[in-house]
Amino acid sequence: MRRPFPKHLWFWQLAVALAFFTLWWGLTASGILPPFFFGEPVKVIVRVGQWFVVGDIWEHLGVTLIETLLAFVIGMILGLAVGLWLGLSATASTLADPYIKAFNAMPRVILAPIFAVWFGLGIWSKVALGVTLVFFIIFFNVYHGVREVSPVVLANARMLGASRRQLLRHIYLPSATSWVFSSLHTAVGMAFVGAVVGEYLGAAKGVGYLILQAEGAFDINTVFAGILVLTGCALLLDWGVTLVERRLLKWRPTHQ
Amino acid sequence: MSVALRFEQVSVSFPPRNRSEASWRAVANTTLSVDEGEFVSVVGPTGCGKSTLLNVAAGLLAPSSGEVRVFGEPLMSLNRHAGYMFQADALLPWKTTAENIGLGLMLAGVPARETAEQTRHWLAKVGLTHAAERYPHQLSGGMKKRVGMAQALIVNPKILLMDEPFSALDVQTRQLMENELLALWQNDRKSVLFITHDLEEAISLSDRVIVLSAGPDTHPIGEFLIDLQRPRDVAEIRLTPRFVELHEHIWRVLRGEVLKGYAQTVS
Repeated sequence: MRRPFPKHLWFWQLAVALAFFTLWWGLTASGILPPFFFGEPVKVIVRVGQWFVVGDIWEHLGVTLIETLLAFVIGMILGLAVGLWLGLSATASTLADPYIKAFNAMPRVILAPIFAVWFGLGIWSKVALGVTLVFFIIFFNVYHGVREVSPVVLANARMLGASRRQLLRHIYLPSATSWVFSSLHTAVGMAFVGAVVGEYLGAAKGVGYLILQAEGAFDINTVFAGILVLTGCALLLDWGVTLVERRLLKWRPTHQ
Repeated sequence: MSVALRFEQVSVSFPPRNRSEASWRAVANTTLSVDEGEFVSVVGPTGCGKSTLLNVAAGLLAPSSGEVRVFGEPLMSLNRHAGYMFQADALLPWKTTAENIGLGLMLAGVPARETAEQTRHWLAKVGLTHAAERYPHQLSGGMKKRVGMAQALIVNPKILLMDEPFSALDVQTRQLMENELLALWQNDRKSVLFITHDLEEAISLSDRVIVLSAGPDTHPIGEFLIDLQRPRDVAEIRLTPRFVELHEHIWRVLRGEVLKGYAQTVS
């Protein structure tokens, strides 16, 4: 397939954003859409600028990012450990199967109030929510990664003298890693969702809390400004994942 | 000459996959042996349980009855004397050519310096020095087979088990690989058990060819000494009168089984 605009891709991508803002501005400035409900792009951008210039966003953003990062790391470690364990032990996986399915099917956002009761209104209730979201994504991918190891590759490593530990390190882990990385983008996004939704449901700090406050005061511009900041952060996180992915998965054909 | 590998009345049954199915006996009462330093090929129709036989020799699969002996010792677990070259891609996709070749030494805990040295040696031997840092997906089919060959041979196994290793290659590459295999084998005559469905390949490589019956209950139905001179060139030897004679002779036995095997796959 021919890639369109190979040289000026950035320019065109930026142009789409600009066009969107212009449309938004046109519609609200002319009064076709009521600015009270739809906000005004200029004010939204000024608000974002104000936050960063004055610096009062940093504290909230910092809290949200720390929650995201903690949820991501803890969820990933748990998912990796449980995924490897269940992937390698047929008994454990058959036993745990219905529970895994039930927990995965459950809308886990409803756990947020319970976590607030258990862990308080600080960062840990948000981390806990994020962990439940991240865990399952990582878990399922590790589980599949372990299960999908080619039996021929496995037999080959065994014939070459690999012990159980060596199989884990040289066969199962790398195979699982490739699956985990394909889900890392979703996982980071989910950690972010956990943090923001948690804040939204009850917190004293964080971008989610800022948005909730603004909403209470019918300050729709600030709400949009918060959303804009969150989107920017999500993009940055995603970009970070891509960088790590490129380094670690250079053996995969799709990353050429 | 002593016997390197011996199958004694080996049968292998697979349990039925569901209740309506009977259990499948892939291999029945097979007795065959490979002498030290001998190159033995096993030919048989597709799907006749040739690979099963090889997996039993490798210790990856336990026979339902009978016994495998390796240098006289009964085989109880993995065959530590054997290297295995697989039909399908068996390289670790996340390791480079060099890492894949050195894998056996690394797993055995050989010091890194020695592993690196041996790896360099084998990279040169199979002509892949320029591709040392490439990953398997960046290699052609023939190059992957070379890596597989070096990977199996670097640990210096006394027995080499090969499961249709070249069947996925085009004819030209295949003959090149067969010649390379013979050249490597000529140096330090390992005992080879080579599985193939290609009679020409079997004759041109081997000292002895064993013909298997179509499955189920696969067993040897013929054994032929190949008295062609060595060293051989697999492309040229096919044109000699003795080769043609042997081919005709063995094909007469094999043809019936191939037809039986084909009838089974069609019905």
